[in-house]
Amino acid sequence: MRKRSIIPILYIAFLMLPIYWLVAMSFKTTQEILGGFSLFPQTWTLASYRTIFTDPTWYWGYINSIAYVTINTVISVTVALPAAYAFSRYRFLGDKQLFFWLLTNRMAPAAVFALPFFQLYSAVGLFDTYWAVALAHCLFNIPLAVWILEGFMGGVPKELDETAFVDGYSFPRFFLKIFLPTIKAGVGVAAFFCFMFSWVELLLAKTLTAVYAKPIAATMTKTASSAGYELGLLAAAGTLTIIPGAIVIWFVRNYIAKGFALGRV
Amino acid sequence: MALELQAVTKRVGQAVHIKETSLVFEPGRFNVLLGETGSGKTSLIKLMAGLDRLASGKLLMNGRDVTGLSPQKRNISLVHQFFVNYPHMTVFENIASPLRVAGLAASEIQGRVEAAADVLKLRPMLKRRPHELSGGQQQRTALARAIAKESTAVFLDEPLANLDYKLREELRDQLPELFAGRGAVVVYATSEPAEALMLGGMTALMQDGRVTQFGPTAQIYRRPNTLVSARVFSDPPINAAPATKTGDRMRLTAGAEWPLAGAAASLADGPYTVAVRPHHVRPMHAEASEVKLTGPIMVTELSGSESSAHFRLGEDTWVSLAPGVHPFEVGAAHAFYMDPANCFYFAPDGALVA
Repeated sequence: MRKRSIIPILYIAFLMLPIYWLVAMSFKTTQEILGGFSLFPQTWTLASYRTIFTDPTWYWGYINSIAYVTINTVISVTVALPAAYAFSRYRFLGDKQLFFWLLTNRMAPAAVFALPFFQLYSAVGLFDTYWAVALAHCLFNIPLAVWILEGFMGGVPKELDETAFVDGYSFPRFFLKIFLPTIKAGVGVAAFFCFMFSWVELLLAKTLTAVYAKPIAATMTKTASSAGYELGLLAAAGTLTIIPGAIVIWFVRNYIAKGFALGRV
Repeated sequence: MALELQAVTKRVGQAVHIKETSLVFEPGRFNVLLGETGSGKTSLIKLMAGLDRLASGKLLMNGRDVTGLSPQKRNISLVHQFFVNYPHMTVFENIASPLRVAGLAASEIQGRVEAAADVLKLRPMLKRRPHELSGGQQQRTALARAIAKESTAVFLDEPLANLDYKLREELRDQLPELFAGRGAVVVYATSEPAEALMLGGMTALMQDGRVTQFGPTAQIYRRPNTLVSARVFSDPPINAAPATKTGDRMRLTAGAEWPLAGAAASLADGPYTVAVRPHHVRPMHAEASEVKLTGPIMVTELSGSESSAHFRLGEDTWVSLAPGVHPFEVGAAHAFYMDPANCFYFAPDGALVA
C-alpha cells in the first residue's frame, strides 16, 4: 500500500464507522448491544429483520414513506420541468428575482411550515394521507428541482430548440421527444435530490400524519419508547432506511458527477 | 419560388436590430449574407425562419404571405454555426427526424436519408450518435438533414465557421453542388469576404442591421456602392485616404498624386475619399503608371506565401498584400505602388462616384 492512500482510507473508515456500527447492531441481540463493547456480533440473529418484515406497523412505515416520496418526486419534477424551461429560455419581468425567491423557500426551517400545513390539511381533510406529506415536501423540492434542471437546460444551446421548430416539431413534441432525452441526466439528478430530501425529512412527515400515512422514521421513534430498549430492531430499521437511498445513488451516480460539474448540485 | 422581404424591420425593446430591409432571394443559386459579427446576419435569418417576430414589414414565400406563420409551417431548414444535432438520436434518425415529423412513409424516409447520406459521405456513420462524430461529420449531418427535408428555403448561418481550415475548404467546395438543382432558396451567412467570392451567386452586404448593397457577387465586389460596402467586402479592410481633385489630377492629403482618366476625370473638383484593395498595393514597382506611396512600416505578417505590411500613410494606416516573401523592416520607410486604375473614388457622403 502506498503512503498517500493511507489518509483517504482513514477518512473513508471514519465515515463508514457509524454505518458499520448500525449494520452490526442490527444483527446483534439486545442483550449483546447493552452488554458491552463488541466489534462483531457474537451471536448472529435475523430476529430484528424478521420482526420488521412480519409486523404491519413496521413494514407499513416503509410503504407509506416510499408512497409519499414517490408521489412527491413525480410532482416536483413534473412541475419543475416547464418552470425550469421558462427560466432558462425566456427573459421576462422579474425573472431573476423570482428565481432567487424560489430558492429562499429552502432557507426557512421546516418547523415554520409545520403548523400552517397541519391546520390547513386538517381543515380540508388531507391530514394523515400520502398527499399531505407529498404536497408539503413540494415546498422544498420544487425550487430545488427547478434550480437543478435550469442548470442542465442552460447547458443545452437554444439553437437545438430552434432547429427542432424549423424541422417541424411542435412545442410539446419537441419537449418530450428531443428536449427531455437531451437533459435526462438533469432529470435523474433532480429526481434523486427530491427523493433524498423527502426521504430524510422527518418533521413535516411526522406532524402531518397520524396512523395511515405514518412514515418509517416516525414508526422508529414511537416503537423505541413504547417497548423499552429494542435497539437491535431500531438498528435493523435504520439499515433498511439507508437501502433505498443507496439504490437510487447507484443509478444516478454518473449523472450526479455531471451535476457537480455544472455547479448546480 | 422566391423569398421576398418587404420593408422588414426588427426591434428588441427600443433597440433596432434590423433596419428596414427589402430583398428578393431567388432559388437556384447561393444568396450570401456578408457582414461582420454583430452586423445582423443571424437576426435576419431568424426573422426569415420565423424564429423571431418582425416589428414591421412582410415576408413572402412564393408569393404567399408567411409573416405570421410559425417556423413549423414554413417548410424551411436551418443549419447553425454550432453543430446542432439531436444528441440522443443516431445519425440516421437525425437526418430522418423532419421527415418523421412530416409523417412520410418509412420507405420514402429510408430513400431520402440514404440519398442525403451518400451525397455527404455519411453512409458508414448512420448508426452512430452525433457525439461519436468529428466536427465536420456533425455539421455534414446537419446539412444532410436540411437536404433530405427538401424544403423551400435553406438557411445556413455560418455553417463552416467552427470547422478547421481543411474541413472548411472541403465542405465549402461541396456546398454549391449540394444545393444545385434542388430548387430551394439558399441563404448563406458568412463573415468572410473570400467565402462570398468562392460561393458566387448573389451577395447582400450587411452592416449595423442594414443591407448596404445587394446584387451578383462579382459585380458587388467590382463596384461597391458606398465606402461602407467596400469596407464590408474586403479582407483585410480596404485602404482609404482623403484626397482632393483639382483639374484632372487627384492628390492624396498624404502626398501622392496622379492624373485621372475615364469617368473619374469628369468629376467636380473637391474633396474625395480614395480607396484601394490591399492586394492592389504592392511593395515593388511594375508598371510605369503606378503611383508611389511611401510610409513607415508598422507591422508585417507572413501568411502562407503572402506577406502583408501595415504602413502609415498620413493619418491613415494602409495595408499592402503581395505574394512572395519581402524583406520588410519594421519602423523603416518603404515605398509601395498602386495602379490608379484600381482605385475607387467616393464622395464625402460615402457614395461611389467613380
